[in-house]
Amino acid sequence: MEDYLSLFETYDVLAAFWINIQLSFWAALWALAIGTVLALFRISPIPSLQWFGAAYVNIFRNTPLTIILAFGFLGLFSVLQVSLASDLNDSLFRIAVVGLAVYHAAFVCEAIRSGVNTVPLGQAEAARAIGLSFLPAARLIILPQAFRGAIAPLGNVLIALIKNSTVAAAGSVAAEASGLMKTMIEFRSDLVIPIFFTFALGFVVLVIPIGLLTTWASKKLAVAR
Amino acid sequence: MSAQQVLFDAPGPRARRNIMIGNIVGVLIALGILAWVIQALAEKGQLEASMWTPFLEARTWEFFILPGLANTLKAAAVAIVTSVLFGLIFGIGRLSHVTPIRWAAGIVVEFLRAVPVLLMMIFFWLALGSSGAVPPQDAPFIAVVTALTLYNGSVIAELVRSGVQGLPKGQREAGMAIGLTAGQSLRSVEVPQALIAMLPALISQFVVILKDSALGFIITYPELLQFMRRLGVGEGNIIPSLMVAAAIFIVINFGLSSLATRLSVLLSFRTKGRRPATVEAVALDPAST
Repeated sequence: MEDYLSLFETYDVLAAFWINIQLSFWAALWALAIGTVLALFRISPIPSLQWFGAAYVNIFRNTPLTIILAFGFLGLFSVLQVSLASDLNDSLFRIAVVGLAVYHAAFVCEAIRSGVNTVPLGQAEAARAIGLSFLPAARLIILPQAFRGAIAPLGNVLIALIKNSTVAAAGSVAAEASGLMKTMIEFRSDLVIPIFFTFALGFVVLVIPIGLLTTWASKKLAVAR
Repeated sequence: MSAQQVLFDAPGPRARRNIMIGNIVGVLIALGILAWVIQALAEKGQLEASMWTPFLEARTWEFFILPGLANTLKAAAVAIVTSVLFGLIFGIGRLSHVTPIRWAAGIVVEFLRAVPVLLMMIFFWLALGSSGAVPPQDAPFIAVVTALTLYNGSVIAELVRSGVQGLPKGQREAGMAIGLTAGQSLRSVEVPQALIAMLPALISQFVVILKDSALGFIITYPELLQFMRRLGVGEGNIIPSLMVAAAIFIVINFGLSSLATRLSVLLSFRTKGRRPATVEAVALDPAST
């Protein structure tokens, strides 16, 4: 037991989780922004935009996140020497955020589209009947209801994003949770099981409240029909 | 789907003109982005022929792409079989009439769904490697398959559960009426029907397994991405190599996803009027990587 507690003095487990939370937070914001635009493209009347949205979703949904993040580090960072910050670690962090955002935007787009599908036809018809064109109808009538219908799937995307932030290890963001767990097990292989359960429980504690919260919110905010 | 066609009216002459203008602008912007990417890559010398010719040589395919793909498919295939088994056992466990079994299965499934696959993979890799229970060179493969099985198996367990719960009550009542016990009716009447209803969602989960097998890259399992990185380092064409790796995954996964969509259309006739909404919702779960 003392052995186990001494781990926390040597290694800053909370700091590692804080990195994952930061990665998830920024990636979630960007993914929500990109995903909403893509969803608008996909429901717009303009064929080229529909095509672009569909192509984006099919490409990024079917690519392993590991490849995207490895590409960020091996391709963008090492070969193309893309730098998003003056500091090396900040730059790697931001490239990982971009990779996570680009990947999850495809799922956000599909979640919002599934939310749009919960809006009854009559709503769109009523919007047209009072003279709204596509963008005002989308902004005032369709999307507000679609977002409320999309809370549960969006919550699933957020949960996946938090868990997937561990894959940033493939993008050389070494200080995050999976990287620290690897280091800790390598140095204290006698404590491999307690170390694993510490990190696993950390994610359970992060993820389960979000699941409960989004389930509650999706019921609370559901449009009564 | 249906909602999207009525978001806008059948266009009149002016709307048609606006749509055409928007279409042209959209195409131009898309082409502009494409041109910018191509120019940026060309500036860094990524589009030179020497970067891409290795993919035309037989030895690249023989020593890098095909062995990598074979290892990826091997891990995915084994993980698919074991996770379906895991999912059936725990899915039926969650529906059991014995409260302790139901609770135990529920806790295991909820826990495994909340833990990142990569964390489990690293754990099994290092734990197996240091315990000496398996030959060290097999540890990455076993770790990949075990982690994929535990995570995806628990997602499939949820699919089984929501599939059974979406069945009409009459199915179970009919089973009981002909003298089956609750467990017998579950196994021989309800689960087989639920399996057919959940087939599209199950195939979507296979896509997740295939994509997640690429996580083996991080724990040194020699799958496709690992081989492509080696090729890229050897030939100095890491960007083209990773792009080819991504393209291979996209083609396979797109094929599987299309199969799932076609199946769900086919099955919607068969199970019309009682498709459980929950199966759809779980299918939308981006799950993991």
